[in-house]
Amino acid sequence: MLKKILEKFTFWRGIAALILLSGVYFTYVRFVYGLGAVTNLSDEFPWGIWIGFDILCGVGLAAGGFTISAVTHIFNIEKFKPLSRPAILTAFLGYAFVALALMFDLGKPYNIWHPLIMWNPSSVMFEVAWCVMLYLTVLFLEFLSFALEKFQWQKTLTLLRKVIVPIYILGIVLSTLHQSSLGSMYLIIPQKMHPLWYSSFLPVYFYLSAIAVGFAMVIFESYTSARGMGHKIEFPLLSEISRITMAFLVITLAMRLVDIVLEGKLAFLFKPEIETFMFYIEIGIGTIVPAILLSSKKFRMDRKWLYLTSVLVVTGFILNRLNVSVTSIIYTTGDIYFPSLGEISITMSLVVVGIIVFKWLSNYFPVFEHKAEEKESLISFETPHELAPSK
Amino acid sequence: MIKQKGILFDATMCVGCGECYYACKAQNENGEGKEDFLTDHLSYKSYTVVEEYEDEIYTRKMCMHCVDPTCVSVCPVGAFTKTEFGPVLYDGDKCMGCRYCMQACPHNIPRYEWQSNNPVVQKCTMCHDRIKNGEMTACAEACPAEATLFGDLEELKEIALQRIADDPDTYYPHVYGLEEAGGTHVLILSPVPFEQLGFAGNLPNEPLPELTKRALDKIPHVVSVGSVFLGGMYWLTKRKNQIAEENRMKEDENA
Ligand code: SF4
Ligand code: SF4
Ligand code: SF4
Repeated sequence: MLKKILEKFTFWRGIAALILLSGVYFTYVRFVYGLGAVTNLSDEFPWGIWIGFDILCGVGLAAGGFTISAVTHIFNIEKFKPLSRPAILTAFLGYAFVALALMFDLGKPYNIWHPLIMWNPSSVMFEVAWCVMLYLTVLFLEFLSFALEKFQWQKTLTLLRKVIVPIYILGIVLSTLHQSSLGSMYLIIPQKMHPLWYSSFLPVYFYLSAIAVGFAMVIFESYTSARGMGHKIEFPLLSEISRITMAFLVITLAMRLVDIVLEGKLAFLFKPEIETFMFYIEIGIGTIVPAILLSSKKFRMDRKWLYLTSVLVVTGFILNRLNVSVTSIIYTTGDIYFPSLGEISITMSLVVVGIIVFKWLSNYFPVFEHKAEEKESLISFETPHELAPSK
Repeated sequence: MIKQKGILFDATMCVGCGECYYACKAQNENGEGKEDFLTDHLSYKSYTVVEEYEDEIYTRKMCMHCVDPTCVSVCPVGAFTKTEFGPVLYDGDKCMGCRYCMQACPHNIPRYEWQSNNPVVQKCTMCHDRIKNGEMTACAEACPAEATLFGDLEELKEIALQRIADDPDTYYPHVYGLEEAGGTHVLILSPVPFEQLGFAGNLPNEPLPELTKRALDKIPHVVSVGSVFLGGMYWLTKRKNQIAEENRMKEDENA
């Protein structure tokens, strides 16, 4: 048994090492010979998967941080508290991943700080830059509030706890702004996008789907980390969360469909094009199949199925962002872009680094133990973290 | 008041000689240029090109110097500016290389130095250095057929409309640039519909920055309403939990 696990580990480690190795090579090429040497980007297609996946998906998948903190710290639904710390940690890492990925995508990464002093308030990207910077600070403070426990810095901790509620509120507001604004970035190119994805409601769709996928990621992570690191899963909680996910997904899809009909784009749903096909795959995997699965109690109460649906939702979300940023634009530019090996390697390397850091941090800091926080929490209340049936 | 400058290009008069292409190269020190210039494309060192279409129609491509430029609106660090005469200029020292300007430009104009590790965006400057001293743009000066005219924007508009009115058989009845995405400082006349010459045909007449402005205008509401709502929810739910707790304690006592 143990041997088996060991073998498995070495296999995945081997893969990870290979990915990282290629990542290092392409990083070298990228910074010495420029973007053109590693990417398939061109003047006609300036934004590839480093924007579509690394940025759009990275930020979206880290949404669990703000959704869970809204549920636990603002709506004070105490039973969700055990989920809050891992979610905040993942969000923090997710944003760090995005910042790192930006260093690859920006032509002049050393100018990344320019939005601090060079302002253009009419630019959506300027707004996103500021929100993300501020939100990273907020996440860091939230992270600090439990990292400090490790070091027993009581004074700082007490001080931080005093201001933590406004900090949580700030975090939620900032997330609302930049999650939706990532969609607003595309508002300015109506003529370059496929009608099935362009909509003046893009910011709303981006926001709602980020909330949905944020919750789905919490399920996904709890399961993965429970398996990989021997933490218990708070199963009944996860099952409840899956219902929130579904509600948001179904609302988003309904809005999109009504929008398509009202805008007179109905015909595009029946056009035999690759884009139409991608649209159905996206909503099928991301919303319809999970919705059907989760509507049955049998599946919702089953660990494996719950995990599977969260994987589906996350996949559908990634497809959506890639469809908005790549598929829908290829529709007007013609078939001129497919991510290069370099783009894929670097993206995968960043993901691998993220996973390694997450594992390390969650072993080191008290993310999965909530005893300390319970004692000190603002409202002392029993946290039913023992609810979870240990397997 | 400063008079707005502009360029009028008339495809019915263009002879396809390539003089503007080479003049632009020389003016901006962008190398020799291609011998068969008709095959060149806009690039970081070709700010303008001459293209040949069916029936020996030639047209130029260059930055349109929009009235309300998308590139100026989207750049997060304000590297693009609309100058007082009309030219839209770029400052490479500010740029951080996000390429939103390229993604957003409705005419697909900004070009990038993909092979450089310190890349900048490049495009036509409407020869800002020349015109601020009262000179013509290099391309207009070089044109032997008067197909490219440089002058006051309002005058050029009148000339363009007059040409169509005088000779409706020759011209397609539209001046490209009068309305497209809020209008441009480069106006084009053509014998055929503009899509046939590779110009973006599906642009709204409204300036594109308006589309994002509408979304950005909602931010103050989101912030104020959102904070109040969240603060209120926090207070309410906390109170509810406290009451529940008190009730439970009472029950415990009673029991
Ligand atoms: S054509 Fe493009 S680059 Fe030129 S001013 Fe307009 S938006 Fe800017
Ligand atoms: S690439 Fe440079 S000029 Fe273009 S939008 Fe980004 S920062 Fe601005
Ligand atoms: S105006 Fe100047 S920079 Fe622009 S195309 Fe003409 S010569 Fe080139």
